[in-house]
Amino acid sequence: MAQFVEPDLDDLYRDLILDHYRHPRNKGSLAEATARSEGYNPLCGDEIEIELLMDDGVIEDIAFRGRGCSISQASGSMLTAAVKGRTRAEAMRLIEAFKRMMTDPGAEPAEELGDLEAFQGVAKFPVRVKCATLATHVLENGLGKD
Amino acid sequence: MSPQIISLIFGGAARERCEALAAQKGAGLKACSYEGLAMLDVEAVRQDFPILERRVHGKPLVYLDNAATSQKPRQVIDALVRYYETYNANIHRGLHTLAEEATDAYEAVREKVVRFVRSPYGSESVVFVRNTTEAINLVANAWGRRFLQPDDEIVLSVMEHHSNLIPWQLIARERGARLRFIDIDEQGCLRRDQFRDLIGPKTKMVALAHASNVLGINPIAEVAALAHRQGALMLVDGAQSVPHVPTDVAALGCDFLAFSGHKMCGPTGVGVLWARPELLEAMDPFLGGGSMISRVTLEASTWNEVPHKFEAGTPNIAEVIGLGAAIDYLEGLGMENVRVHEKALTAYALERLGALRELTIYGPLDAEQRVGVVSFNYADVHPHDLAQVLDQYGVAIRAGHHCTQPLMRRLDVVATARASFYLYNTFAEVDVLVEALVEAKRFFALEEAPVIQGD
Repeated sequence: MAQFVEPDLDDLYRDLILDHYRHPRNKGSLAEATARSEGYNPLCGDEIEIELLMDDGVIEDIAFRGRGCSISQASGSMLTAAVKGRTRAEAMRLIEAFKRMMTDPGAEPAEELGDLEAFQGVAKFPVRVKCATLATHVLENGLGKD
Repeated sequence: MSPQIISLIFGGAARERCEALAAQKGAGLKACSYEGLAMLDVEAVRQDFPILERRVHGKPLVYLDNAATSQKPRQVIDALVRYYETYNANIHRGLHTLAEEATDAYEAVREKVVRFVRSPYGSESVVFVRNTTEAINLVANAWGRRFLQPDDEIVLSVMEHHSNLIPWQLIARERGARLRFIDIDEQGCLRRDQFRDLIGPKTKMVALAHASNVLGINPIAEVAALAHRQGALMLVDGAQSVPHVPTDVAALGCDFLAFSGHKMCGPTGVGVLWARPELLEAMDPFLGGGSMISRVTLEASTWNEVPHKFEAGTPNIAEVIGLGAAIDYLEGLGMENVRVHEKALTAYALERLGALRELTIYGPLDAEQRVGVVSFNYADVHPHDLAQVLDQYGVAIRAGHHCTQPLMRRLDVVATARASFYLYNTFAEVDVLVEALVEAKRFFALEEAPVIQGD
């Protein structure tokens, strides 16, 4: 029989993640958006749409909408909260750091990730990584559009 | 079964009586009759499935993902090992003893399939393929390319698995044919009122699932009669029905029946296309290569007789032999008995799940109209989150769109959770499912506090 290292459910559903799932920040839409991007995970049907109000390379405002599992929706909430007020370059660095954390469970998460570090445990659940990275893909795409 | 007996077995006290009786019965007797009601000795059946001894996250495995694939009894596993250890050889070619034994074993399974689906024809009606998907692709290509004309219509339903949708989309586009779709009603049943509107003189093929992998059982015989009246053919996707209900192709009135071995206790990699031999004769080959030919020159070839015309290359010999062992196993128990057990389990699951507040069940609420598939959503908890927590309790369910994205859209959900039962599942396992669901909901409960805007 194959022996699996059994990750704990608490690694996946950290309190911070559940808090953002239950009380999503920046959920809704913007009256004035300069860029809009959406993404879909065909495997599980998670949907995320992000609207951005960019001003001179700075994310002045951001909002997300979506349907999906707790991981996908909490990442939408936490990611938008993390990049609000940041420059495009800072946001792109954050996205790269997040992706690295998802693909390399052994590595120490970058300091700039802040609260997003809560998603570190998701990397131990390979099928859920796509849930966690959906929002980052959508944001990256949206930043490229502006 | 009389309604009294149904209510008797579905009631809690009767359930205990049945289980107690099953426990008392002698070893080896896995199916018996009780008050005129056939039933399985589930504990004896479970002994045949080594994997059911497994623990997951420290809990006994509660395997409720049978619509995805079933577990395999020792008898099937042994048949695979016996083939590889004692008579492994390529078939239809060699003149040596092993090749002869392998060929005989392989071809004997065709006869078993003939009996299992009550084919009015012989072994020429049974083509071995990889799975249901390949069987449907075979028909869509080999029949469609030969017979479909521009403006011909193919009638499907909104509940079809992608495997009974995409092959038709592809061939319709190639041939300029049109697809039409039977909708579902509020109960999740096919809308009978649309049958006559959709199945008309332009219809050349009607392709439907006998049982949906999300909802319930479809009235195939009724549709087939309408199709035949219009000169159309009827293909039945039997992936979810053949493993669970007695199958009779003549009673269904189908011209093609596709099903997979791995959902009926058999190995992966083997499926069956049953077809009326005259249709197979009229169709061109699907795949070309060894075995399917008669005479070959550099410029042209003639085809082997059916069904071999459709079996190019070395087939999954071991898996076909394993499917034969699976059929023997199911016939030993009796498919009627399998059906009665699953119907009782499904009714019990519908009753217990239906009692949970905020739980939505999709499809008909009558177990008679279902195979052992119950799809649901529970409060605001996403099915993936439900499945993740259930896994911690050793409970394996499916969560997602079940390869039925158009149906999910029709039901206005992004995904559903799905518990699906088979002959080895118990009433106690339904109880574990319900308890784990309640825990999962508690874990994800949305608090009443208002949504915080901004950060």
